Amino acid sequence: MNSFFKYFSDIFHGVKSLLIGMSVTGRYFFSPGQIVTQQYPENRKNLQMFERFKGEVIMLHDGNNQHRCNGCGICENNCPNGSIEVIPVKVTGEDGKPKRIIDKHIYHLGMCTFCGLCVKNCPSNALGFGQEFEHAVFDRSKLTKVLNQPGSSIIKGVE
Amino acid sequence: MTFNIYDFTSFNRWIDEGLNSIMPPTWAMITEMAIIGIVFLLFYAVVGLFLVYAERKVCAFMQNRVGPNRVGPYGIFQTIADFIKLLMKELVYIKDSDKLLFNLAPFIVIIASFMALSAVPFAKGLHAIDLDIGILYVIAVSSLGVVGILLAGWSSNNKYSLIGAMRSGAQIVSYELSVGLSLLTIIVLAGTMQFSEIVEMQRNGWFIFKGHIPAIIAFIVFLVASTAETNRGPFDLAEAESELTAGFHTEYSGIKFAFFFLAEYMNMFLVASIAATVFWGGWMPFHVSGWAGFNTIMDYIPPFVWYIGKTAFIIWLMMLFKWTFPRLRIDQLLTLEWKYLLPINLVNILFMAFLVLMHWHF
Repeated sequence: MNSFFKYFSDIFHGVKSLLIGMSVTGRYFFSPGQIVTQQYPENRKNLQMFERFKGEVIMLHDGNNQHRCNGCGICENNCPNGSIEVIPVKVTGEDGKPKRIIDKHIYHLGMCTFCGLCVKNCPSNALGFGQEFEHAVFDRSKLTKVLNQPGSSIIKGVE
Repeated sequence: MTFNIYDFTSFNRWIDEGLNSIMPPTWAMITEMAIIGIVFLLFYAVVGLFLVYAERKVCAFMQNRVGPNRVGPYGIFQTIADFIKLLMKELVYIKDSDKLLFNLAPFIVIIASFMALSAVPFAKGLHAIDLDIGILYVIAVSSLGVVGILLAGWSSNNKYSLIGAMRSGAQIVSYELSVGLSLLTIIVLAGTMQFSEIVEMQRNGWFIFKGHIPAIIAFIVFLVASTAETNRGPFDLAEAESELTAGFHTEYSGIKFAFFFLAEYMNMFLVASIAATVFWGGWMPFHVSGWAGFNTIMDYIPPFVWYIGKTAFIIWLMMLFKWTFPRLRIDQLLTLEWKYLLPINLVNILFMAFLVLMHWHF
């Protein structure tokens, strides 16, 4: 008798869960306002990418053209593809001691897989992800970028 | 000549008499057959192409996407472009395949769906052959398609194709029972197998309302079983993309693949139109007995529109199934049929027979 009731309750629960599923897809069908597809070339002017989007690795600069990178090279060591090269220089600081600062932070976009290990492992949070994604160029040498802007310096107190 | 969109009988008679007056009867008949053949060919191509487009659009909307929208306005020429592409593709010769059966298989599939389509009443008088055993004919002919699928799998010299074809065979053997029995439930109520009479009997109410509970159960069973019979998701084990690459049509390319593709969609159309005809009155407008004014207003809508509307709704339901439910495993498929649908169906037939005996239907 127990299995008899189980048979019918199985049918009932099965039909119920199927109807729940159908109501979900049916609701989507009748609400075209929920369409999430971006019609890219048409809406290029006002396309807003998401904050979590990994377009390219950038170095964050503030308004005074200052960044937080001290040239430690942890990002270079962490990069699995070798797409980052950090070139530091030694300068004499204000207190007269030799000091290591960054000369060029070279980033090869063509080799990058956007894994995010450099951004995650940066001890001073100097790197971040930009939302630019139109990277097509005619010459692959243009994919090699220098991330620290010309004339930029390190923010005091970060090193 | 009197062309009337509510009744095509006089139009047909006008063509028949016109042809008979200018040529001997034998030639007139051959010409009529050719005309009907061409009309069906065009109908088949247009509906098949449109259904592929509709399926892609419907599934896109159900997944919050846009769907094809580049070729023509709203992408309506997408399937025509796809079809031209398929026409121009190379027909790849498969090593060690059974050449004759390999080439024959798509034609068997497409001929089976063609033959079944001929018995469908589209409107009053718009009916290629009105057999007095119409339902039996459709059940018999539509299951011929599986022979083509089995041949395709067997002759391809490919293990995936063979597994797909065998699954399809097991599926058809089980679900054909449910399709037949659920239609039999309505035959018990109607007392006839002729499509034109079945439609005519629904003049004062469709069978789904006349037969109430058992008719609704039979409709649901028919919908599930016929979805399985047309090899559509969630019962698309025969071509399960994720397991068998493409199942029985893995090795087909170009126009032969297009034949399988078109036949699949036309089978869906066919099954939906059978369901619409048997359960929802076919081309018969929505009538409530006693409401004369309401019935006259409904009669103003042409029968063809009623037929297309009902068929489109059932096709939409089948698409909703496909894009909602995950694919069944082969043992789950057979459990559903033999442990659930078949017993329910048998009890349902008894129930319906009892109902008809006691005159408890409307």
